[in-house]
Amino acid sequence: MSKRVEAIKQDPQVRIRNFDEVSDGITSEMALAEAARCLQCKKPACVKGCPVEVPIPQFIQALKDGQVDNALAIIKEKNSLPAICGRVCPQENQCEKYCVVGRKGEPVAIGLLERHVADNAAKTDAIPEIPVKRREKVAVIGSGPAGLTAAADLALLGYPVTVFESLHEAGGVLRYGIPEFRLPKKIVDEEINYIRRLGVDFQVNVAVGQTVTIDELKEEGYQAVFIGTGAGLPYFLNIPGESLAGVYSANEFLTRVNLMKAYVFPKYDTPVRVGKRVCVFGAGNVAMDAARTALRLGAAEVNIVYRRSREEMPARAEEIENALEEGVNFICLSSPLRILGNEQGEVVGVVCQKMRLGEPDASGRRSPIPIPDSEFQIDTDTVIVAIGQGPNPILTRTTQGLTVTKHGYIVADENTGATNIPGFYAGGDIVTGAATVIAAMGAGKRAAAAIHEYLLSKSNATVSQ
Amino acid sequence: MARIIEKKQLANKINLYVVEAPRIARNAQPGQFIVLRLTEQGERIPLTIADYDRERGAITLVVQEVGKSTAQMALMEPGDDILDLLGPLGTPIEIKKVGRVACVCGGLGAAPIYPKAKALKEAGNEIVTFLGAQTEAMLILRDELSAVSSEMYYATDDGSLGSKGFVTGPLQEYLAAGNQVDEVIAVGPVPMMRSVCNVTKEYGIPTIVSLNAVMVDGTGMCGGCRVTVGGETKFTCTDGPAFDGHLVDFDELSARQRFYRKAEQVSMQEHVCRIGLGGNE
Ligand SMILES: Cc1cc2nc3c(=O)[nH]c(=O)nc-3n(C[C@H](O)[C@H](O)[C@H](O)COP(=O)(O)OP(=O)(O)OC[C@H]3O[C@@H](n4cnc5c(N)ncnc54)[C@H](O)[C@@H]3O)c2cc1C
Ligand code: FES
Repeated sequence: MSKRVEAIKQDPQVRIRNFDEVSDGITSEMALAEAARCLQCKKPACVKGCPVEVPIPQFIQALKDGQVDNALAIIKEKNSLPAICGRVCPQENQCEKYCVVGRKGEPVAIGLLERHVADNAAKTDAIPEIPVKRREKVAVIGSGPAGLTAAADLALLGYPVTVFESLHEAGGVLRYGIPEFRLPKKIVDEEINYIRRLGVDFQVNVAVGQTVTIDELKEEGYQAVFIGTGAGLPYFLNIPGESLAGVYSANEFLTRVNLMKAYVFPKYDTPVRVGKRVCVFGAGNVAMDAARTALRLGAAEVNIVYRRSREEMPARAEEIENALEEGVNFICLSSPLRILGNEQGEVVGVVCQKMRLGEPDASGRRSPIPIPDSEFQIDTDTVIVAIGQGPNPILTRTTQGLTVTKHGYIVADENTGATNIPGFYAGGDIVTGAATVIAAMGAGKRAAAAIHEYLLSKSNATVSQ
Repeated sequence: MARIIEKKQLANKINLYVVEAPRIARNAQPGQFIVLRLTEQGERIPLTIADYDRERGAITLVVQEVGKSTAQMALMEPGDDILDLLGPLGTPIEIKKVGRVACVCGGLGAAPIYPKAKALKEAGNEIVTFLGAQTEAMLILRDELSAVSSEMYYATDDGSLGSKGFVTGPLQEYLAAGNQVDEVIAVGPVPMMRSVCNVTKEYGIPTIVSLNAVMVDGTGMCGGCRVTVGGETKFTCTDGPAFDGHLVDFDELSARQRFYRKAEQVSMQEHVCRIGLGGNE
C-alpha cells in the first residue's frame, strides 16, 4: 500500500512570523493518489466514526472519478461546513480511527480529502431549491457550529429563521477562539454567507437573557427555539496570583487576537500584551492555539505546563505536532501551585509542582499525583489559563423552568435536543460541555429535524381541531 | 446599528448622548451598562446606562474623552450611528428602602450614580449627594441629582465650589456631625472609591461601589474583567459591576487597569496623528 499523503505546510520558522494558514492542504494529484488508497468498503467503518455520518466512500469515489463538485454535494448532504471540518475535526479519533486501511498501515487521510474537496469545488452562489415556505418562525440562540447547522437545516425545510448572537460577529468559537492560522476567517465568512443566502436572518449584539428573554421572543411570535450558546465561561485553577495583571484566560487572549484582531494593533484598536516569556496551562486545542498565537505575537519562549504526560494530551495530534515544530516547550507532569507578581501587581513567575501518573480516573486517563518537595519556578511575563470552559449562565439563569445540571449545562435529549420545555431545544457545548465542532453540528442537525417534527405535529393538531 | 438622537456637552470633554435602542431601553435597570464599538477596527468599550426612557425606546450615555474610542465618540453627532451596541449587561443593583442613602460621586461617577439615586428615591429613600470634580465647570448632572436629593454637598480640587479637596472631605464631616446614613453608594476613580470605603468602614456603613474593570465581551465569556471580592474571584460584567466596597481588592483592580496604559497611548497617538492629517473637517 502506498504511503499516506501529508499536507503541504509553511516552514515552521517562517510561519511563526505570520498569521497565515499553516497548512496549504494537498494538490489535486496528491488528492487523487490518496483517494486511490480508499478500499471502498461495502460496510464502511469510517462513517460510523463520523458524528454526522458523512458518506465518506461515496465522496472519495466521486473525487476519484474527477467530479469534485459532485463530491462536495455528497458531503453537503450531511455536513454543511466541510471546509471548516476538514480543518478542525479530530479525525484521528473519528473517521480515520476506524478506517480499515489503518489497521495494517496508515488510515486514508479523510480530513485532508474533505478539505481538498471543499476548497477546490467550483465556487457558486447557488443555493438548493427550498420547495416549501412555512410560516412558523424559529429562533436560534448562538451562532457557533450548533446554531449555524440548526439554522441552515431549518431554512432548507422552509422555516423563517432568526439567529441571535451576543457578540458583534457570528461564528462562535470558529470566530473568536480558533486562530486565523488554523481556520482563516474568510472560510467562516463564506460558510455564514451561504447560510444567509438560505434566508436566515442574523441579529448580532443580542444577548438573549439580557437584551431579550426567551419568553419575550415567544411573544414576538417565535414558535420554537434552539439554544446553542456554547461553553463560553472560562475556568480558572483558583490558585494564588491568578488575577494578577498579565494572567489571561485563553478565551480573553484568543478573543483579543481573533475577534478583535489585536495581532494587527494599532491598526485595530484592541491591544494584547505577551511579553517575552509565556506559560500556558493546559494541553487541549485551546492551549495549543494560545501557545502558537503567543509565538506569533513575538514571545521568545512559550511553555505549555500540563499535569499529565504527552500521551494524555487532549489536543488534536496535528496541532501538538505543529506546536512542537514551531518550538513550543512542553513541561509535562507539572502542576501550577501559585503565580508570582511584582510590586506593580504584574506576573513575574509561576511556581509548579512535579506530578507522577497513578491509576486511570473516571475519564479513563491516568490521574496525576503530586510528588512531595518537588516545587520549581518558571520565570514568565504572561500566563494563559486554558484548562477548560463551562456553560455561560446568562441565558439559563433568566429562563424560568428550564432544567439544567448542577454544573449549569442544559438537560436535553441526546437524539432530539428536546429540553423539558416543549418547543425549546438545545445542543452543542451548552449541553455536552466543551466538545468538538462536529459534535455540535450533529446536535444542531438532530435538533432541526426534531423541531420540524414538533412544528408539524403542532400545526396538525390545530388543523384537526 | 444604533442612532444617536441627541447630544449635549456637559463639561469640557464630557458629552451626553441619547441613543435609540428600544430593546435595551425596555429591559434596562439601574446599575447596568452597555458595550459599544464604533468602527470596524474599534475596541469594545463598556459604558454605564446613565438613564433610560422605555416609552421613547432610548438610553442615555455620558462619555468622557479619555482614549481613542471616546475621542472618536466625541466627534459623533445626532444622526450618526453607533456600529455595535450590546446591552443591558450586568446585574442591576438591588433597590430597596433602607432609609437615608449617601451617593458619593467622583468626576464621571455621577453618570452611573444618577439612575440608582433616582430609583432609590422612588423606593422611598432619602438621598444625600456628595458631588466632586476637579473644578466647578466639571461637575456634571448637578440639576438631575439635585432633583432627587434632599441635600447636596460639593467638593472641587480647586475650591471653585464647595469644599476644597476630595469628595471624601464633606462626607467625613457629614458623618462626624452625627448624621445617620444607612447606605453609601460610591462611584468614581479607584482611589476615590477606596478612600470612601475607608471612611465608611469606620462607621460600619454598608457601601456599594461600581467598578470599571477592563472588559472585552461584557457577557462573562473572557474573564478579563475579574476582580477579587472578599477573597473570591468575580466577573465585573456579570456578577457586578456593583460590589460590596469593603470587600473589593482595589490594588489588584488598579494593576489590571494599568496593564494596557502604554498601548492605549500608542492608540491615542495614532488617532491624533490621523485627525491632524485629515485637516479640520
Ligand atoms: C480555542 C478553541 C479551539 C478549538 N479547537 C477545536 C478543534 O480544533 N476541533 C474541534 O472539533 N473543536 C475545537 N474546539 C471546540 C469547538 O470549537 C466547540 O466544541 C464548538 O464550537 C461548540 O459549538 P457550539 O455551537 O456549541 O458553541 P460555540 O461555538 O461556543 O458558540 C456559541 C455562541 O453562542 C453565543 N452566545 C452565548 N450565549 C448567548 C446568549 N445568551 N445570547 C446570544 N448568543 C449567545 C456565543 O457568543 C457564541 O458565539 C475548540 C474550542 C476553542 C475554544
Ligand atoms: S468582560 Fe469578558 S468576562 Fe467580563
